[in-house]
Amino acid sequence: MSLEWKERKPMTKTRRLFVSFGIGIVLMLGVSVLRSLHAQAPAAEPAGAPPEAPAEAPAAAAAEPKGPDPTGAVTGTAADVPVKDAANPTLVEVMDTVGHNKIAINIVWTLITGFLVMFMQAGFAMVETGFTRAKNAAHTMSMNFMVYPIGMLGYWICGFALQMGGVGGIASLGGTAPLNSEFTVTLFGKAFDLFGTKGFFLGGDVYDVGVFTLFLFQMVFMDTTVTIPTGAMAERWKWSSFLVYAFFMSMFVYPIFANWVWGGGWLSDLGANFGLGHGHVDFAGSSVVHMVGGVAALAGALALGPRLGKYTRDGKSVAIPGHHLPMAIVGTFILAFGWFGFNPGSTLAGGDLRIAVVATNTMLASAGGAVAAMVMMMVKFGKPDPSMMANGMLAGLVAITAPCAFVTAPSAVLIGVISGILVVFSVFFIDQTLKVDDPVGAISVHGVNGAWGVLSLGLLADGKYGDGWNGVPGAVTGLFYGDARQFLAQCIGTLTCFVWVFVSFYVFFKILDVVLGNRVSAETELSGLDMPEMGALAYPEFAPAAGSGGPFPDSASTAPGAVRVGALGVETP
Amino acid sequence: MKKIECIVRPHLLDAVKSALQDVGVVGMTVSEVKGFGRQKGHTETYRGSEYKVEFLPKVKIEVAIPDGLAEQAVEAVLKTAKTGKFGDGKVFITSLEEVVRIRTGERGEAAL
Repeated sequence: MSLEWKERKPMTKTRRLFVSFGIGIVLMLGVSVLRSLHAQAPAAEPAGAPPEAPAEAPAAAAAEPKGPDPTGAVTGTAADVPVKDAANPTLVEVMDTVGHNKIAINIVWTLITGFLVMFMQAGFAMVETGFTRAKNAAHTMSMNFMVYPIGMLGYWICGFALQMGGVGGIASLGGTAPLNSEFTVTLFGKAFDLFGTKGFFLGGDVYDVGVFTLFLFQMVFMDTTVTIPTGAMAERWKWSSFLVYAFFMSMFVYPIFANWVWGGGWLSDLGANFGLGHGHVDFAGSSVVHMVGGVAALAGALALGPRLGKYTRDGKSVAIPGHHLPMAIVGTFILAFGWFGFNPGSTLAGGDLRIAVVATNTMLASAGGAVAAMVMMMVKFGKPDPSMMANGMLAGLVAITAPCAFVTAPSAVLIGVISGILVVFSVFFIDQTLKVDDPVGAISVHGVNGAWGVLSLGLLADGKYGDGWNGVPGAVTGLFYGDARQFLAQCIGTLTCFVWVFVSFYVFFKILDVVLGNRVSAETELSGLDMPEMGALAYPEFAPAAGSGGPFPDSASTAPGAVRVGALGVETP
Repeated sequence: MKKIECIVRPHLLDAVKSALQDVGVVGMTVSEVKGFGRQKGHTETYRGSEYKVEFLPKVKIEVAIPDGLAEQAVEAVLKTAKTGKFGDGKVFITSLEEVVRIRTGERGEAAL
């Protein structure tokens, strides 16, 4: 056999790199396979032994180093329970470990669901930007982005303290003992708890794992609220006004109402003080989070007025289609996914297995909402309208947020279906009758269906869950299951939410309009807010010229008999 | 020399292109355009409000050809771009004074 060396092209640098990588990986694989074969031979016998074997002799197990456990059946044994004398563990030592593990499960659960809720910010950003025009995309996206850091700091400064400073011990998080101070007034001989006063800047003696867990979880909920009005007020809101708003919402309006419902405040005491069921019950925030956001959106959209070109001179509503439906649909999916943190996480306890019911009810209602809205549009217009399908799913999710832990599966679907119908009528009513311009449907999705959510709890709570809720013995029961007073408490909560938030924000925006101005100039609005307000275009490559905006730059001028008539009496040719 | 401008339905571009190539056209310029003719626009609804789509998308094909090919080229377009409904488009034929190939500086029919 003769070896002939052929002239070969020298390897390129990249190729040499790949080849040496390949050889390296094959070598490593070979070595590890050989080693695992070698290790398996003596381990074959113990693997066949029954899994309970190590439990028989904890002392011996502790002494011997544990081998690998590929099935997981023998990982986590008595040897893992810290005791002073391994031969004689005391009951207290064992109980300590059980208690620690119980709280650990709850805290890990609450943190992870909080992370899911945080991701909903991305969903909101995509839904709102998708439903608005390309010429404002950087502005709309930026609002949704900055609510997260701004809201977080505002909440850290005083929001959390006002909301949760007097909540007392939350047992599932190990007893958040330091949160023990609430400002209270006495009316009609009863104590009305108004706001908490502990935990400013999360400093001092609230340096506690339970409190920090609660802060993270409540913070992401609050941020959801702050981001809701940015949709209804999109495409015309001055950046500086938006910044002040974000602080005001996260520091005052949201925390105060949240205190009344979740922080031990007077709405939650309606049951204990006045015998109205369990007081105002809102499991995960149909009113606290969504209705607060939706009502603020209404006040804001009213204060700003409609976008230029939204209504013809004779008051006819003109469609201004969003520029990116696929983005909005993906955003809706992200929100639906995040809701698995929003609702099930609100048990604040992974050990409360009602989470199975909560999660299932949540997704059933979202299905009911999406299908109902789609059918409504197909019946009315012959086509399903993707933007309305997305609104329908979100409406179902918003509505089930309050009652998710308290209703049966058929009730959850019913709540979802009604919310899907409600959202369609509400969008038409707000757009065409009230003539309030809400580009993304935030008022209908969050405000109207938030109210429907808490009211539906008062109607359909089935009396199976919530024993001792708000300090009232017995399960939470709705009107149709025999407790009319619970429904009354829900009505009071809904009304209070509307009045508190609407009045606060209407006055706030009126004052801010004088001090700063809420709305951009007509020129800025027509050219798109991206460059004048943000200094950057979302899509520079696709903007043919300043002022031309998205694919529907001037739908107003193409509407039958349309003239551009905007708010503030501005009229442009 | 003639310049032929055809406004056709976007989805028929490929068919028109092939037919023109078969006739002997060796190059063309294509652009996406919007406009209206007898087809007019149509009304759509978005979230319950109406809006009118007045300018419909079309494709504009421009070719420069020797006089002798003009009639065949128009025939080719008519055969492939016609559906018989409003909105099929139009063909504009104009006389071409001069053509210059930038690379070589050739002029007239040699530059086509």
